[in-house]
Amino acid sequence: MHVENLIKMANQIGEFFASFPDREEALDGVATHIKKFWEPRMRSALLAHLDAAGYGELNVTAADAIRTHRGRL
Amino acid sequence: MIDHDIDYGTPRRTSEQEVTLTIDGMPVTVPAGTSLMRAATEAGVMVPKLCATDSLEPFGSCRLCLVEIDGRKGFPASCTTPAEAGMNVRTQSDKLQQLRKGVMELYISDHPLDCLTCAANGDCELQTQAGVVGLRNVRYGYDGANHLKDQKDESNPYFTYDASKCIVCNRCVRACEETQGTFALTISGRGFESRVSPGQDQPFMDSECVSCGACVQACPTATLQEKTVIERGQPEHSAITTCAYCGVGCSFKAEMKGNEVIRMTPWKDGKANEGHSCIKGRFAWGYATHKDRITKPMIRAKITDPWREVSWDEAINHAASEFKRIQAQHGRDSIGGITSSRCTNEETYLVQKLVRAAFGNNNVDTCARVCHSPTGYGLGQTYGTSAGTQTFKSVEHADVIMVIGANPTDGHPVFASRMKKRLREGAKLIVVDPRAIDIVSSPHIKAEHHLALRPGTNVAIISALAHVIVTEGLVDEKYVAERCDPKSFQHWRDFVAKEENSPEALEAETGVPAATVRAAARLYATGGNAAIYYGLGVTEHAQGSTMVIGIANLAMATGNVGREGVGVNPLRGQNNVQGSCDMGSFPHELPGYRHISDTTVRSLFESHWGVELQPEPGLRIPNMFEAALTGSFKGLYCQGEDIVQSDPNTQHVSEALSSMECIVVQDIFLNETAKYAHVLLPGSSFLEKEGTFTNAERRISRVRKVMPPLAGLADWEVTCKLSNALGYPMNYKHPSQIMDEIAALTPTFHGVSFEKIDRLGSVQWPCNENTEEAGTPIMHVGKFVRGKGRFLITQYIATPEKVTRKFPLLLTTGRILSQYNVGAQTRRTANNQWHSEDRLEVHPHDAEERGIKTDDWVGIESRAGYTVLRAVISERMQPGVVYTTFHFPESGANVITTDNSDWATNCPEYKVTAVQVLPVMQPSTWQKEYKVFSENQEALLNHAR
Repeated sequence: MHVENLIKMANQIGEFFASFPDREEALDGVATHIKKFWEPRMRSALLAHLDAAGYGELNVTAADAIRTHRGRL
Repeated sequence: MIDHDIDYGTPRRTSEQEVTLTIDGMPVTVPAGTSLMRAATEAGVMVPKLCATDSLEPFGSCRLCLVEIDGRKGFPASCTTPAEAGMNVRTQSDKLQQLRKGVMELYISDHPLDCLTCAANGDCELQTQAGVVGLRNVRYGYDGANHLKDQKDESNPYFTYDASKCIVCNRCVRACEETQGTFALTISGRGFESRVSPGQDQPFMDSECVSCGACVQACPTATLQEKTVIERGQPEHSAITTCAYCGVGCSFKAEMKGNEVIRMTPWKDGKANEGHSCIKGRFAWGYATHKDRITKPMIRAKITDPWREVSWDEAINHAASEFKRIQAQHGRDSIGGITSSRCTNEETYLVQKLVRAAFGNNNVDTCARVCHSPTGYGLGQTYGTSAGTQTFKSVEHADVIMVIGANPTDGHPVFASRMKKRLREGAKLIVVDPRAIDIVSSPHIKAEHHLALRPGTNVAIISALAHVIVTEGLVDEKYVAERCDPKSFQHWRDFVAKEENSPEALEAETGVPAATVRAAARLYATGGNAAIYYGLGVTEHAQGSTMVIGIANLAMATGNVGREGVGVNPLRGQNNVQGSCDMGSFPHELPGYRHISDTTVRSLFESHWGVELQPEPGLRIPNMFEAALTGSFKGLYCQGEDIVQSDPNTQHVSEALSSMECIVVQDIFLNETAKYAHVLLPGSSFLEKEGTFTNAERRISRVRKVMPPLAGLADWEVTCKLSNALGYPMNYKHPSQIMDEIAALTPTFHGVSFEKIDRLGSVQWPCNENTEEAGTPIMHVGKFVRGKGRFLITQYIATPEKVTRKFPLLLTTGRILSQYNVGAQTRRTANNQWHSEDRLEVHPHDAEERGIKTDDWVGIESRAGYTVLRAVISERMQPGVVYTTFHFPESGANVITTDNSDWATNCPEYKVTAVQVLPVMQPSTWQKEYKVFSENQEALLNHAR
């Protein structure tokens, strides 16, 4: 998996949920979406990249969501 | 034998009031408003007629259907006289016989007496009625003025117009107006000079005629006659089946001679089309027996090798052994499958079952990925299920029709005719589209509001419409309070009410004047029953799912879901998009839209299928390409889908396929994807299939085999063989057993069976113990499938695809009437006479700036690639926007589209690509390389034949 595409997709998901007024709902929304629709190798490739390079390429909502809900991804 | 439908002469009337009268001594009860002709026919009394047919309003011109009514003077025409309570009507008397014979005598005095050599011999209403009235001679002779030497118009490739046989009954003209709504035909001249005239006395091909066949269907003589009937003679038996083109799912009568189709005629009892058709379904079926059909299984080791014809067993065993080898070497998840919206429900169900049960993973996806996957997500999130809410007939009750990102007159022409009929009756039209599509302004139709937005700004427009509805007090508060989730509604209301979402604030972004947006919003919210119809101009965007959600929000806020005449209606592109999605073709869900992670659902399938299923979602099509390019995806079973031509960024797709070790393509032709394949399994056309298709109104209709599969095996049998070779047994004897399994495992299909569909004509899911026997015409009546309707916030986020000085124009893509999708079917028919190449439409301003004229070759360059097409200068475009179709592989339309996709579903953003367009003199490098590659692949195929 090309990780730059995964970062782009995660950021798009983050952008959608960022406007939710309920922050917890937004972060849960991002994580649930990735869990429900991303094949495991996509998730593991993204997480491996974040472990190596940090969360700086992600927008705030995507980054917070993955940090908060990493356990179920 | 041919199943001849009864023609009741005039349309059915509906009324709560009934009237009882007497016809030929028999009491007859009919709804008020019913004609005497229809009342008589319903009672089994056939009144002679020529100008009347039950698809058209009565006209009263032929004077053959005269009757006698007690207490009335003269001989009223039964077609134009409504039945009244207490009437006593006689359809036969000596006087009536004399009058009818006199009328018929006049007709025949100006008609060629060539019945024995006439193409309509045995199927001619004039011939039949001459017999009915007992005509035995013509007193006037044949030497007077007549039209017997009138010239034939043979310009249309599918039918002839033989003016010498015309009785000027006006049925063709009225069909063009009432049924089709094109108004291409008229009667020119007066009295004896009266003749049917396409356009301004033009040949049919030069006129506005769209070749829908309504006139041919209505013609009572051989004046308008299918060329296949002229060439091959009358058909001798027929079967009802379903069209294999768009998502309207028209019912047709396949009229046959042995195993040969003579003609396809629209079935008037088909609920999707009610006897109407378009050029594709009516005439463009010849591809099924085209010489390019693949009829033998073939294999090769490398794509540079010649194909080698082999037996079915060798091909299947080779494919299975390759898939097993790849999994042993690269892991269980290194292979996958793709189902097609062109295949039946039963076929797609089997492919996803094979992937999940025999491959042991969830790497299955479908071509809906690149069209309506955002509909699945958006409507699922808001309403609880992925489907349009209405029947097509519901449009007859709409007062306001909003068409968003759809071009129904080209993409869904039979439904467009129904929509246009309602618009001519007075419903108001709002069009949201960057282009001035035909329906914006067509005969007797003019949109109240055309919101000609900039491509990529859909969500801004839907938020602006919502802003007006919320801030001007137009929300249906009672409906929302009763039917919707209050917390989500409040969040949405607060969001859209923000000044940043006002039409004025967004005008610069969308390009649509704020006043137009405000007027459209007011009309939608207050104009009565308001229905939204949308297409791929909604879904194929980076915010495709957000826009579907926005549409769903708008309909809920105004109370326009859950009854006749309203609703949210995705117009599905291909014939079985709805069905392929229903059947569990997406990698994250099992049939019936149930997530693969749901242990209860998964256990149900595991128990029935006798195998353990993986609980994690599989790869979507774009993810498969990515995984292929990074080395973890090596094998693909692709049934009936052409990903190389239809998916975006062609170079990316072909590079991914080139990196794989075994691609198995099952198709009727050597399509673009098959040129990268290692195993080619011959597919069946819809004429060779038994099964079902599900159209855009969730209507499940039968597809019936009218000829044996050219390659000997039906598609479902091939999938079974492959599964068995892989070690997972599939032993169905008939597709009806597959549907029985679907019904057993899927609650919304519990009541579906071939037997029921055969008996009722069609059913609409949900169809089970909680619904009417024929299922559910209108969804979400009383409450939403998910319980309370859920609003979601739809923040507009501009697409990353920006115009720059280097790429100053926006390209958007679509389809046209005569061609279909990748063109594999329609390019192999005479439809090419209407559209023989993809052209680039350019606004005159942009053309002048670049020195481009119509027919000039122009290079189109994007960030993804470069191709060359010929230009058409068109004011349908707005300045700054160019448009093309993608029906011809050599065009390379998808060479220039990008990898951008919808945030939720990865549906590609076909509708927005920043490009530059300049005049050029030669094809692109890609086109030159494609030509060499394609010719080489054709040669490798011919080597095997």
